[in-house]
Amino acid sequence: MNSLTLLMLLPLIGTAVIAALPKSNETLTKQVALATTVIVAAATIAMAVGFQRDNVDLQFVEKYSWIPSFGINFSLGIDGLSLVLILMSTVLAPIVVLAGWNEAHGGRWSVKVFYVLILVLETMMIGVFAATDVFLFYVIFEAMLIPVYFLIGGYGSGQRSAAAVKFLIYSLFGGLLMLGSIIALYVMSGAQGGHTFDLAALSQLQMTSTTQNVLFLGFFIAFAIKAPLWPLHTWLPDAAESATPGTSVLLLGVLDKVGTFGMIRYCLTLFPDASKTFTPLILVLSVISIIYGAFLAIGQKDLKRLIAFTSISHFGFITMGIFAMTSQGHSGATLYMFNHGFSTAALFLVGGWMISRRGSSTIADFGGLQRVTPVMAWSFFLAGMSSLALPGMSSFVSEFLVLVGTFTRYPVHAAIATFGIVLAALYILIPVQKALHGPTTPGNEELSDLNLREKIAIAPVIAIIVALGFYPSPLLNVINPASAHVIAQMGFTDPAPTNGDK
Amino acid sequence: MEFVAPVLNYTLLSPILILLGGALIGVLVEAFVSKALRPITQLSVTLGSLVLALVQVWRIHNESSTSAAMSSVTIDGPGLLLQASIIIISIISVFLIADTEQFTALAAALPGSDEERHALQTGNQVTEVYPLTLFAVSGMLVFPIASDLITLFVALEMLSLPLYLMAGLSRRRRLASQESALKYFLLGAFSSAFFLFGAAFIYGFASSVTFSGIHDAIANASGNDVFLLIGIAFLSVGLLFKVGAVPFHAWSPDVYQGAPTPVTAFMAAATKVAAFGAMLRIFYTAFANAEWSWTPMLSLIAIITMVFGSLVAIAQRDVKRMLAYSSIAHAGFLLSGVIALNKAGLDASIFYLFAYGVATVGGFAIVTLVRDAAGEVTDLNRWKGLGKRSPWVASSFAFFLLAFAGIPLTSGFIGKFSIFSAAYESGATGVVIAGVLSSAIAAFFYIRVIVLMFFTDPIEDGTSVEIPSSLTQLTIVISLLVTFVLGVFPAPLLNFITNLATFLR
Repeated sequence: MNSLTLLMLLPLIGTAVIAALPKSNETLTKQVALATTVIVAAATIAMAVGFQRDNVDLQFVEKYSWIPSFGINFSLGIDGLSLVLILMSTVLAPIVVLAGWNEAHGGRWSVKVFYVLILVLETMMIGVFAATDVFLFYVIFEAMLIPVYFLIGGYGSGQRSAAAVKFLIYSLFGGLLMLGSIIALYVMSGAQGGHTFDLAALSQLQMTSTTQNVLFLGFFIAFAIKAPLWPLHTWLPDAAESATPGTSVLLLGVLDKVGTFGMIRYCLTLFPDASKTFTPLILVLSVISIIYGAFLAIGQKDLKRLIAFTSISHFGFITMGIFAMTSQGHSGATLYMFNHGFSTAALFLVGGWMISRRGSSTIADFGGLQRVTPVMAWSFFLAGMSSLALPGMSSFVSEFLVLVGTFTRYPVHAAIATFGIVLAALYILIPVQKALHGPTTPGNEELSDLNLREKIAIAPVIAIIVALGFYPSPLLNVINPASAHVIAQMGFTDPAPTNGDK
Repeated sequence: MEFVAPVLNYTLLSPILILLGGALIGVLVEAFVSKALRPITQLSVTLGSLVLALVQVWRIHNESSTSAAMSSVTIDGPGLLLQASIIIISIISVFLIADTEQFTALAAALPGSDEERHALQTGNQVTEVYPLTLFAVSGMLVFPIASDLITLFVALEMLSLPLYLMAGLSRRRRLASQESALKYFLLGAFSSAFFLFGAAFIYGFASSVTFSGIHDAIANASGNDVFLLIGIAFLSVGLLFKVGAVPFHAWSPDVYQGAPTPVTAFMAAATKVAAFGAMLRIFYTAFANAEWSWTPMLSLIAIITMVFGSLVAIAQRDVKRMLAYSSIAHAGFLLSGVIALNKAGLDASIFYLFAYGVATVGGFAIVTLVRDAAGEVTDLNRWKGLGKRSPWVASSFAFFLLAFAGIPLTSGFIGKFSIFSAAYESGATGVVIAGVLSSAIAAFFYIRVIVLMFFTDPIEDGTSVEIPSSLTQLTIVISLLVTFVLGVFPAPLLNFITNLATFLR
């Protein structure tokens, strides 16, 4: 059984093929990239079918010795949580390639380099969610910054290099704090029965509560920068504004999920007591993120920055769901991660097409698109409805679960967070109204509607959003056992629901 | 007094003897071989003796002895590993030194004099740099295996004197080069004096100059502690000067900048290995039991060195000076391996030294390639857009910078991880925290260079990238490979080091 390694190798094979292609043949390069990502997505779906849903243990486990003198293994394995995130990443990848067919042309380097970076990144996206060795996780966590850095700095627009550097410095700083904690874990494991980086073994370590708190912060700050949680979020709007829409989808949709994924997989598993200690603080930060992100989104004039701030609000919901420590909250947060990936993808991709057609990302420059480009306008509208969690859209289910899960234990936080939903209606409906409705703004009359390639790219995203809105159980069946397992391991039981007719 | 004839184990000493022999042949070549044949003969003699020495080190790698040269040197695992590292680093540096463009035609001529011009015009290029390199390398080989203070001092001088000369050999900007040589020499002489002064105090404490004698004296608490403390302090000054730790670092930016780049590469990499090797041996064997007398001091110096090196590097506008400050920061990281004072610290230091040394030579090899009509261009502003003009050169340099920054999948990360975990294991939490934070600061200036190369547009000012000669290419490719392979599959080398590296007292 080494299906996960094979899955990680597939994009690398595509990379090798692309590297061997002549630089001049750009279409072929794109076709190879698309084919590779489609194959990877198909392979992941096949894997998901073979996944045993009721088994809470890690599946598809594999382990090879890597650096034995430090007890480091190349070990992979997935549970429901990682499966869902890998699935999201690999399904988004071909959509990003297809949707951003011409994205690489404005870059500093060739089209070839762009797709090499994308495919290398895809390998790392699979690895980072599948790693069960803390060292391996860290290596991928840090290494994946490099392709993203070059994707933003090399192919983005505007202040791209400044945004790329800001992104890298923030992430590296967080990563180094985490490295400090990892070193401490490693040394402690040496003192308690042999050096290891195995996640399961490390979670059994005995440590004083002070140590646990300090080490927890090392991990948590790194993840909170990634996620991003207020007040560590300031790199995100710049990065999202400068990156190409496709890169933004991967950045916000997948990479930022590493932060929330890490909170569940590493913070909660390794430091259960410290997680409980910091829960009140983190919940407050989450609520601030929700409200703050929403308010700033309302005030944005730039479409890409607006989407970035909506994400900050959404990540607040995810973090709140995680630290509410209830199984609904957890399931909701995990489902939220998946759904956010697709609704952000829809927003960024359609937004990106609007921007590239209009040549401006200022919301005020649009107007009356509904009349000129109906398909594009409808796509944007649906993406927006998904982002504000309209019932019938997939994000409604997850947001509802998060709020319900939080309310049973932290009613005040949940109540304040609910305002986030109201604000969401504002930050989505204002741009929808300004950009899509009303009289056609001069300069927009000649805009062309989505072409066939773009329709093919956006169709699966919207299909997934709507389908999961009505019928989320296939995913929830995978997520629920994993979430219940984490909550049980933390020693929590769900509070009994308050019953009105007692 | 009866004279005791020394007993020498020639097999164990052969790597050093081969290099000394090679150096002497080099001197003869300089005197007797015709002008046209000289460079190629020198290069072959130098490379030949280095390779022979390396083979010899490999052949004796399982042996160990404290009596190879009476009690003056100790041949053991760490010593041989460090010797091998020094030789390998020297080999790839010699490929760079082979570029005679970098060196003055006639070192003895005054800068700008008729003699110099004449020598240049007639192509009368002298090649004394080769035997000097070999002399320096043989000194470096003795340095980490010396096990008494006198031998240690002789080795220190033996490696330093040729380096002082080599720093002044630059063809371009000769005055700056000579100034740097003079600075290096004067400050080096000072630090040697401190070293000797310290050695005298230690002798006063232990009535012995051998490391085992000092160790025993400390264990028995038989001497005057004040002498020991003063001795350790002064001895440390001499050693810390060589590794470029703050506050004894002042020479290094100037010398790195002034010296011909191939010499800088050699000096930055090989000297660091040798000096840290000696430091590890003396602190791990002679002073191990006086741990509390020196770890607080070294910890403080390590922290100051890392933070200072990383912070000041941010302000640098010259690539060689930036690399100098980066090497100061790395000296701080390496000091945490000395402070660790455990087996893991020793293994980690040896790995780090080798990985860092190779990457450093590779980095400087790239610096030799970026030139304009007047020679190398080291002003970072003129490196703008290098990624556009020569993507391969810029990418290689970026990779070395990422290795210096300790990004995963490079040897630098494994080195940093292992050395910090060893230090943490020994309880030096403060040093590790400072190390992690200064790594974050350091990452900033490494990344800034990457930004310059890739994300800014080139300025047209005649800066061009030399097509690398095949030897320079070899250096770069070897360094890249080593840096990458040690980042991804470090296990074989780590195991090899772990099995071999135990100090013999």
